[in-house]
Formats: sequence, C-alpha cells, structure tokens
Amino acid sequence: MYTRPKTLEEAVAILADGEAQVLSGGTDFYPALGDRPVRTPIVDVSRLDELRGVSTEKDWIRIGGLTTWSEVIRASLARCFDALKSAAREVGSVQIQNRGTVAGNLCNASPAADGVPPLLALDAEVELVARSGRRRMPLAEFIVGNRKTQRRADELLAAVLVPRKIEDAASAFLKLGARRYLVISISMVAAVVQIGRSGQVEEARVAVGSCSAVARRLTSLERELAGAPGRGGLGELVRSEHLTELSPIDDVRATAEYRADASLTLVRRALNACVGKN
Amino acid sequence: MATVGENPATVEAVSISFSVNGRKVTVTSSPAQRLTRVLREDLGLTGTKVGCDAGDCGACTVLLDGEPVCACLVSAAQVAGCEVTTVEGLQEWEVGKRLQHSFLSHGAAQCGACTPGMLVAATALLEKNQSPSEAEVLNAIGGVLCRCTGYRKIISAVREAGSKDDATVTVQAKAGTAVGQRLVRLDGQRKIDGTEIFGDDEAPAGALVLRVIRSPYHRARFEFGDLAEFVRTNPGVHAVFTAKDVPGRNCYGVIPPFADQPVFAEKEARFRGEAVAAVVGDAAVMDALDLSKFPIAWEELVPLKEIDAALAPDAPLVHPNREGNVLVRGRVVRGDVDQALATAEIIAEAEYETGFVEHAYIEPEAGFARRVGDQIEIQACTQSPYMDRSDIAAILGIAPERVRIIPTAVGGGFGSKLDLSVQPFLALAAWHLGQPVRMLYSRTESMISTTKRHPSRMRLRGGCTREGKMVGLDFVADFNTGAYSSWGPTVAARVPVHASGPYFVPHYRALTRAVHTHLVPAGAFRGFGVPQAAIAQEQLYDELADRAGVDRLEFRILNALDDQTPTVTGQVLGAGVGIRACLEALRPKWQAARRQVAELNAGASRPLRRGVGVAGMWYGCGNTSLPNPSTIRIGLKRNGRIALHQGAVDIGQGSNTIVTQICADALGAPMERFDLVSGDTAITPDCGKTSASRQTFVTGKAAQMAGTQLRAAILKLADACECGIIQLEEGAVTASEKEGQSRRVELGSMPLDEHGYVITAEATFDPPTSPLDENGQGNPYAVFGFGAHMAEIEVDTELGTVRVLKVTAAHDVGRAINPTLIEGQIEGGVAQGLGMALMEEFFPGRGENLHDYLIPSAGDVPPVESILIEDPSPIGPFGAKGIGEQAVIPTAPAILNALHDAVGVRLPRIPATPDRVRAAILKKNAGGPRG
Repeated sequence: MYTRPKTLEEAVAILADGEAQVLSGGTDFYPALGDRPVRTPIVDVSRLDELRGVSTEKDWIRIGGLTTWSEVIRASLARCFDALKSAAREVGSVQIQNRGTVAGNLCNASPAADGVPPLLALDAEVELVARSGRRRMPLAEFIVGNRKTQRRADELLAAVLVPRKIEDAASAFLKLGARRYLVISISMVAAVVQIGRSGQVEEARVAVGSCSAVARRLTSLERELAGAPGRGGLGELVRSEHLTELSPIDDVRATAEYRADASLTLVRRALNACVGKN
Repeated sequence: MATVGENPATVEAVSISFSVNGRKVTVTSSPAQRLTRVLREDLGLTGTKVGCDAGDCGACTVLLDGEPVCACLVSAAQVAGCEVTTVEGLQEWEVGKRLQHSFLSHGAAQCGACTPGMLVAATALLEKNQSPSEAEVLNAIGGVLCRCTGYRKIISAVREAGSKDDATVTVQAKAGTAVGQRLVRLDGQRKIDGTEIFGDDEAPAGALVLRVIRSPYHRARFEFGDLAEFVRTNPGVHAVFTAKDVPGRNCYGVIPPFADQPVFAEKEARFRGEAVAAVVGDAAVMDALDLSKFPIAWEELVPLKEIDAALAPDAPLVHPNREGNVLVRGRVVRGDVDQALATAEIIAEAEYETGFVEHAYIEPEAGFARRVGDQIEIQACTQSPYMDRSDIAAILGIAPERVRIIPTAVGGGFGSKLDLSVQPFLALAAWHLGQPVRMLYSRTESMISTTKRHPSRMRLRGGCTREGKMVGLDFVADFNTGAYSSWGPTVAARVPVHASGPYFVPHYRALTRAVHTHLVPAGAFRGFGVPQAAIAQEQLYDELADRAGVDRLEFRILNALDDQTPTVTGQVLGAGVGIRACLEALRPKWQAARRQVAELNAGASRPLRRGVGVAGMWYGCGNTSLPNPSTIRIGLKRNGRIALHQGAVDIGQGSNTIVTQICADALGAPMERFDLVSGDTAITPDCGKTSASRQTFVTGKAAQMAGTQLRAAILKLADACECGIIQLEEGAVTASEKEGQSRRVELGSMPLDEHGYVITAEATFDPPTSPLDENGQGNPYAVFGFGAHMAEIEVDTELGTVRVLKVTAAHDVGRAINPTLIEGQIEGGVAQGLGMALMEEFFPGRGENLHDYLIPSAGDVPPVESILIEDPSPIGPFGAKGIGEQAVIPTAPAILNALHDAVGVRLPRIPATPDRVRAAILKKNAGGPRG
C-alpha cells in the first residue's frame, strides 16, 4: 500500500496503526531498500506542505520537518544558524540536498547525520505529531542510539524548533572526511559562541558528530568556556579531557584514536572560527 | 534445473501522469517504483543511467521541476504533475545544447556513463549562472562521480560552455592529416545526447530477468533445499539454475591453462559473492522476489583471508591442485644482486603493503542473451569479446562459432570487464529456456563479485653509488590473488619485468608469488600490479637519492634507461626510450616547485605544509612474451564509403576514434568517409582484448597495415601509380597522379566479394616479442611507454589530510594520435592514482557500496598539466605507443614522495588516509623510528 496524503491529519490517521514506513525525500529510504522489494505500507508525506519551510514564532524558529537542506541554505536565518547552513551544504550533494529533509536526517539517526551537531548546538527541540496528539522533546533526548529515536511508529516528526535565545551568536561547522563531496564524515563539529558585552564568552555550545552512537554536546568544555575571553585563541583552551564524553569507534573511515585526536583539532578550529567572526 | 509454466504475478500499479522533456506522459507503475526505472523501462529513456541506486554516484541525475535530483531516490508517485528533464531533453534548453557541444569539443565524455548526470547537473547550474567560477562548478557537479576523466575536462567544458569561440565543434581533418589532430571522438555525439547503448540499455521485449544467488560468507559449504518447490511456489519464476545445469565445462578463466572459476560453485563457495545459483522469471516477479527465501543452507567455514595465513604450512588448500596456495611465481634475475648490494656504498630498504582496489566504473555489469536456433547471442558490456566467446562456448559445450558476442558501449572497464560477469548466467538461462534473458548487477553485486586490484606486500632493498648510480635492486612481492586465478599469473609475471622502473639497474632480482585466499578474485586493473610495484620502488629510489645527497629528480635522470642500455630482462630497445626526455621536461617545474615549497614551509608554525614529489614509470604495451594479435578488416563499399571493422572495444579511452584516425591516414582518405563496424564477433575479426595499453599500438598497427593495403588495392583498381591520391566520392573512387591524370572508377555495379565489399583488405599485427628464459631474460614487449609525474601537495599536519594541488604529467607517447584523448587518459589516470594513494581500499564484507568505498570526487582532483613527449616507436603506428595504463602508474608514488617531502613520513601501508598520515606524523614527532 502506498498512500500520499495531503494533510497532516490524514497522514497521522494512516500512520495510526504503526505499520507504515514514512517516505519523503527518499535519500535514506531507497538506499536502505537496496534491491529488495517493498514489504511494508508506505506513507509518502512529501505533499504535506504544512510541514515545509522555516517560520519565525515569538520564542522559536520553526523548521518544518519536510524542509529540504536546499531550503535551509536559502532560508533567511539569524547568524547562529550559520553552522546549520554550512552543514546543509555538506549533506551529500546538491541532488541530495534538494530532496533530503531535516526530519529525515534526524529520524534516520545516523551517527554521521550532518544536521544533528548544529541542531544540538542550537538546543533544538523536535515536535512529534500522532493522531493521539503532539509532544515535544529536546533533540538530545529524541535520538537515543545508532539509528534509534523516540519516534513511535504512529508519529511524524513535524518540526524542529530552535529557541530564539542567542540568535546573534557566531556559529561554525566543520566536517572532516576523506574526500570533498559525497562523503560520510569521520568527525564533525558544530560550535555556537555568544560573546557578552564585556567581550567574554557568555555561552558556548559545542557538539561533535560521528564520534559516538549519537552526536554529543561537550558539556564540560562548554562550562569551562563560559567567561573565557572571547577572542582569537579561544580554541586553545580545549584539551583532550574535554572530549571524554565521546566514544569513537574504528571503522572503514578511520580509527577511534584518530577520531578523538582529529575532533580535538576540529573543536579548536570551530571555536576559533566563531571568535574570529566576532 | 527446476522449471514451471507461466503464472504471472500481480503488482500493485497505478496510473501516474507527469511531463518529461516537455511531453505529457502517463505511466502505469507501482507508486514506490524508482523514477530511474520508470524513465528507463516504461518510457524507454535510457539516457538516464543507473550506477548505484543509492544516490552515491549521481549518474541518474535528472531535473525535477528544474532542480537536480537523483532519479533513483524519487518514487514514481512523487513526480505526478511534475516536469522531469532528462539528458534526452537537454537540446531543448539553450544552455543544455551549448553544454553538450562544449562536452564534445573539450573531450569531457569518455565512457559516457556519468555524462548524462554531469550534463543535467551542470545545466541546472548554467540556467542560473552563465559564467560560474570553478568552485561553483564543483559544487554543482560534486554529486556526480566520474571514473574516467579526472573531471578536469568536464570542469572546463562547463565553465566555457557559453563562450563564443566554441561555435565549431567538428574539426574535420583533410585526407591524410587525421593523425595528431584533436578530433572530436567519433562516438561522442551518442554519449552526450543519451543515445549510446550500454549493457542495460537494450533488451528484447519481454525478456526474462535473472538474479544470482551468492555466498554471504567468505568460505562456506552449502546444500540446496527443494528448488522445484521454490519454483512452484513462486508464480512467474521460470527456473532455477545451478552447477548441474551447465552443459559443458563448469569452469572458465581469462588465461586458459589456469582456468578455475566455476559458473556456479558446486559444494563450497570460495569467496563472499560467489555465485551458487540463478533464478529466472518474469521481470515484474523478479523485481518483487525476496531472495532471502531461496532454499539453501549454508555452513560457514574458516576462510583464509591474508597472504600469511594462506602460505602457512598447515593452511587448507583453496584449490587442491595448487600446492601451498601459490597460483604462480614470477622471476626476473640479472647479474648478481647479492654481491652488488653487499658492496654498494648506499643502501635503502623498505616494505610496503597495498589493499584491494575496486574499479568502480559507473556502469555496473549488464546485458542480455538470446538463443537463435542453435546459436547463442550475448549482448553485454565487455572488454574482450573473443575471449568471452571461447569461454561461453566451453561452458555451453558448443563450438565457438555458435556463440555470438555483441559488445555494447562500455561504461568504464579498467580491466575488470575483461573477465566474464553476467555472460555465463545469461547464456545458460537463454540456452535452456529458449527465451531472452537479461540482468543488471546491483552496485553491491558488482563490487563483491568482480575482480579487484591485487593487494600486495612488497619487500625491497636497493643500492647505489655515492654519486647516485644504481647498482642493484632486490625485490620480493606477494600478491593476494583471491579465490580464482583471473589475471593473477599476469600480475606475477609483469611485475618482475617492471619493478626496476625505467632505469638501468645492472644487478637485479625480482621474485613474485600470486597467493590464493578465500577473498574476491583479484584480476586486471590498469597496470597489472605495476602501480603497486612503482609505489614501493619509486619511494625507495627517493630514499636512495636522499642518502646519496642527490636531487631526487636528478637521481632519476642519472639512472634513466636510454636506447642502448639493457633493461632488467636484457632487452635493448634501440629507439623510442623517452624516459629521460620526460624527466627533463619536468626539471624546470621541479626546481620551481622545490623553491616554492621551501619558501612556504620556512619558519611557518601553521599546520599546513607543502611538499613536492616525483616518480617515473615504464610500461610494456601488450601481452608479456605472449602472442596478442589484432586483425583489422576494411572494405570499400559500392557507395564509395569505407567500412572499418574495428574490434578494439572502446571502453571510453577512444579506440574507435584513434584506430580510425590511423586507418584513414594510411588509406589517404578523410575520416568522414568511414563507417565503423563494431566488435560483434559475427562480423568483425578479433582485435584482442582492450587491456595492457595495446589497442593504439597493436590494433592501430593492424589498421595502418590494412589501410595501406586497401590504398594499394584501390590504386591498382584505378590503374594508378603507387603515389596516387585517392578520392572517395558517392559511388565512385578517383585516383589522381602527379601529372594531373586522374582515373575515376564507378563502384555501383562492381562485383562484391565474400564480405560484401568491392575490395576488402585485412591485416593482422602481432607484436614481435621473445619468450623469457628461466631468469626472465628476453624481449617481453616490442614497445614500452614512458612517463613521469610530479605532484604538489599540501598536508594539514593536525588532521593528516592531504590535498593534491597540481600534478604535472610528462608522457612519452611515441606519437600523439589524438592529443585530447591522450590528455583524457592522463587526467583520468591521475585521478585513479590519486584515489589509490589517498582514499581507496576495498574490504570484502565491509563497505560494499560507493559511499563507504570512496573514489575521488570532482573536488579532489587537481589541475593536471600534461606534457606530451613524442619519441617515436620504430614499430608502433606512426610511432605511437600506449597510454592507458602508463597514465596511472606514477601518480601514487609521486604523491607519496610529496608526502614525505612535506612531513617526513612514509606509510608502510596505503592508502594514505587521514588517520594513517596523522599517526605517522605523531610517531615521527614523538621521535619514534622512521614512519
């Protein structure tokens, strides 16, 4: 069964029995399918225009779940979203950016999902909608493991919500891979740094992807950076102990040891890039 | 064989309307069907290629409402009401048309498999931005992988698509002047308008579809369940075939004395991906068939994966008749290397390892077969139609004349499409069922089951004098040849002949072994082991130069072979040894680059360090001391045109064009009078395989001879003297002599010979070589190509990442028949060498796709400056030598030498991935032993 509802209401009604797979941009759905036949019902949500696009609410920026990465790149967004835009440009290729959606990236929950570190660094929340109602939770709680999220089979990820707290903060995203395009990262770092009037770091947020089952914020580092002078050399405050929250593994792309070492460099550079922009 | 009558399956299908290239269409399709399939199968728009079905290669890029997308990731339902633009529709777009034109004139299409995706992706860019920067072009085409071109000509073609001076594409050479000109490739138009027919682009209506059951384990015993029951319970499945159904020999191999690979394993699978059975059925049913339900029980066995494990005294034998798991040994010995190294003033030694490298052509293996009476016809992508014919005949137990191989355009080969892939399955099924049968390998299937570059472990020790004169080299290498022989014997034989590099080495010993394991067969891949050997040897020579205190380039010039110095097999080439000229051409660039690197690195505490490296290369064209003839037939037709039976399969390198250029000049007629006849074994003589850089040289020579013969015959027909000028006209030929006399012969009513021509000329050329003795001494090749590359790189020492900034490539090609095509080979070779050096390693069982296995993308290949040296070969056509493999060999060692120049480390194992480079830098900084 393949359905293509036009409204969210219809979509969640079809999803209510928890049997159907959700399809939108297809950039994860079809690669996972490979040459096997489709065995489950499919709900194609790509026509749910109400879930598309970026809107500004009083306290939140709402990014509809169906917003593609190309739309993120084109959206007019505050400075703290620069990292997210950089990440969007690094998602696969233009072809993938034109189809892949923010919700898909989060729900697929790859440890190397490009969208996750910048959204974690933005303290993003996700909004899940089912026929039985809506719920919200921090992105950091939503993704619980490698390819595992809290999304129930009857829910759609309707939107990502970013609090409008530090919109003028500088942000940066660095992705490390073994080639330029179409690459799955070895490590990636998103940083958001808010400098206070006194020139000191008011708030710093750093998230690292591809170095644990779920991308992680470096909370001990963030605490230590608060109050530090917000100028060039900020990155030099980062030490390897700050990365102990990560649990990198060996795979075809790199060794665990290298991931930890390279992430340290990337975190330093991302922070320096943020203060360099101040 | 288990078979059953027809029982069509039902598929949920709906009616979907959309617009394609401005035309309204309605298809009946499963709504979840990939758009690629809808375009290709339902609408016949086969210009959109399927390379991976995963968004990893971009070959299927189409415009969806003007935006580029991968059609393999779009469902049929999602295009309802939308406008889709494919390569076939680009001529309706002003910029699309200009871009297609530009691709032709820049030589931006080689095999053509990525070309539709490239054109579509770039058209989307040019619609918005008519004069894009290089960075903008890279962003636009970065999602389309190309394995042939190295991207540089594509980038130029996109950037210059709008320029006015690009108005004329077809350079038509006057009679007798084709050789040496940058002529547009003869098959270029088909490649840029989407009409080229590749393996999966054509099949008889209603052809059944075949899928192969493969071993999920490196080594496993297996038992089938009830196959008849499987067929019975799956309506629409017509048959299952296993080893029992092979009517002839269940064994094939590219080198007949070593043939050992079964069509289907009989009791034990020897590698992950080995075929054990084939299921054939109606197309719709086969698409929906869940092969995980196939009745087979596997018992996994402990595999041999590493060379050492396979060589252990108690190791099980992969093949009972191959003692010690050694397939074959290679040996070249000259002088007394032990004595020479014992007394050498300067010594260096090293050990290097390389892994499997995947060919990663964009077109996966595909084709169809049909039975025509007592004959079998196979239309598929292949590099070697006549070899396919012999093996298929043996498998079916019929005479070779009853097998017809019709090669399609080949969407990249690089050596792997020399071996059989889809052909035996298709032939067997069509033979038994009497119905046409087709198949297309999935990307994963292609990667797990077809041959790879041999993993190697090389130990070497070399010595030179204080002045830097080489005195000896001792080289030992083992190659992991995998489960079956494929081209293992060729690699083991070729490497010892080449491991000295293009240098005079008086005392030499090179010993090799090809060792069986339970991994995917390693076979032919651009260079037959020589690229691996060059990585070891060229790095060792840098070490020797450094220890001798001699400039690394000058060291190579000092030791370069010349016309009169013997090679390590004792061959004195006499002429056409252009290695010194190549190295000397690099000298001013080398010196400037060295100065620049020193300046940029001086006193800098920044993490980026520059380096420059150089490496030389030689490569013998054609088979090693074995016959490898090509036969060219040309015929004068009654309409005054020339039929050129050109059997050298063009896998993108350009043999269709090159061979015609040569033949046209030999005949003295313009190329536009030629009609190419393909390498169909029913109508075209054997031009051998497209491998070993032999087509320009061997087939080109045969074409030159045949052209000369036909010229003489035409002049005789016109009763003109030998120096007459031939003019081919509609239905007539005119021969003019110097005195102004001319004789016209009407051809329209002339009698036709057995081939259907007024006159046929046929010539065979087999390069003169001599057998190698027990010490590998003799003349293994009639012609060698020579070259040297210089790589300039930048290393991020904190991350271990390497960026190649520029490669300068000097090649002695004897005579550049078509400089654009030669540059294309060089740029593509550089890209593959770069991939081998920095990112490519295939791990059987892990990452069997194009997002875990990385080949260079458009953003990874630097500008390449090609320097063509023409030191003519006395024997090659117009002096020409091969270039295909020559181009890939020196890039990786040049990059690795540049890496050492930049940061002082050498990696014992390539590729030089960021983690390995960083680890080596850390080790060096910690004061540990040398890298």
